[in-house]
Amino acid sequence: MSWLNFFRTRRDEAAAATNANLAKDRLQVIISHERVSRTREDFLPKMQQELVAVVTRYVAVDPEKVQVNLERGADLSTLAIEIELPGPKGKLT
Amino acid sequence: MAQVIVVTSGKGGVGKTTSSAAFATGLAQRGKKTVVIDFDVGLRNLDLIMGVERRVVFDIVNVIQGEAKLNQALIRDKRVDGLSILPASQTRDKDALTREGVQGIIEELSKEFDYILCDSPAGIEKGALLALYFADAAVVVTNPEVSSVRDSDRILGVLQSKSKRAEEGKEPVKQHLLLTRYDPARVERGEMLKLDDVLEILAIPLLGVIPESESVLKASNSGNPVILDSDSPAGQAYADAVARFLGEEKPHRFIEAEKKKGFFGRLFGGRAA
Repeated sequence: MSWLNFFRTRRDEAAAATNANLAKDRLQVIISHERVSRTREDFLPKMQQELVAVVTRYVAVDPEKVQVNLERGADLSTLAIEIELPGPKGKLT
Repeated sequence: MAQVIVVTSGKGGVGKTTSSAAFATGLAQRGKKTVVIDFDVGLRNLDLIMGVERRVVFDIVNVIQGEAKLNQALIRDKRVDGLSILPASQTRDKDALTREGVQGIIEELSKEFDYILCDSPAGIEKGALLALYFADAAVVVTNPEVSSVRDSDRILGVLQSKSKRAEEGKEPVKQHLLLTRYDPARVERGEMLKLDDVLEILAIPLLGVIPESESVLKASNSGNPVILDSDSPAGQAYADAVARFLGEEKPHRFIEAEKKKGFFGRLFGGRAA
């Protein structure tokens, strides 16, 4: 490794942190997700309805208390579905 | 009862979404519970400008069609308390929006929020008409440029004839001018329409002048509404406009070109931010 590489990597790191690169990274993530969803229907609404249907077979839940949280990432996305279950003393509405 | 504000312009690319994001964030910073709705179905972008694009699960069309509850579609902002975003749909077409559907959403949001901002799409078709229909106030975003001023005048006419308030013969929609991308140096050189010229032609009260500023592009790159950049002229100008909207007296800034500094000014004044 020549001493030149030292400066080269430093410069690349600096470039990666620029504001414009932030824009590019954000666009690449969101556009790649959107291109995928163009070829097939968005399954999230249906999946959420089915999940609620399964849960209601066992416990009475308020559909309002079902939160779906998604975080899209470049390498992986996380989907968190939070269903508030009534406690033993909870009154079902 | 929430106040409904439409951010509109007729012409595209003048800064509606930038202004909606900044204005909504500014209202929330001042303790007002605020929701900003993207009406640009098919071409949503408010989510990107607000930096929440990776968190969109449901959108306004899902809510209208009963596929999701409103509070499931609302994205709560992580930077400012009391600020929520309701995204537009990216995959449906604009006919999925209905007046009854939008009315239901606005009525439900009215229970929780103080201000409902409607970020209008460009044009004067369905999406734009629905964005302004329920408005109590309008922020008309205009660039000092002939086509933008003409289109703003056109949208003012639409507000006066096709809004709910107009149809029901109520007190008209309160109109505010927000002049964006203003460059005082070019105005001074006679290359750009003056603020006074635009005011004379459109004849509506001035809410604020947002100077052309590098910080606007930086803000959209990073997904942080420019008003959060409180050191930047554009951020400060939006904060002033929000204050004026809430009834505060604020002198207009950024409308005069910065004077060339004399020798001593250059020696001791440093560089203006």
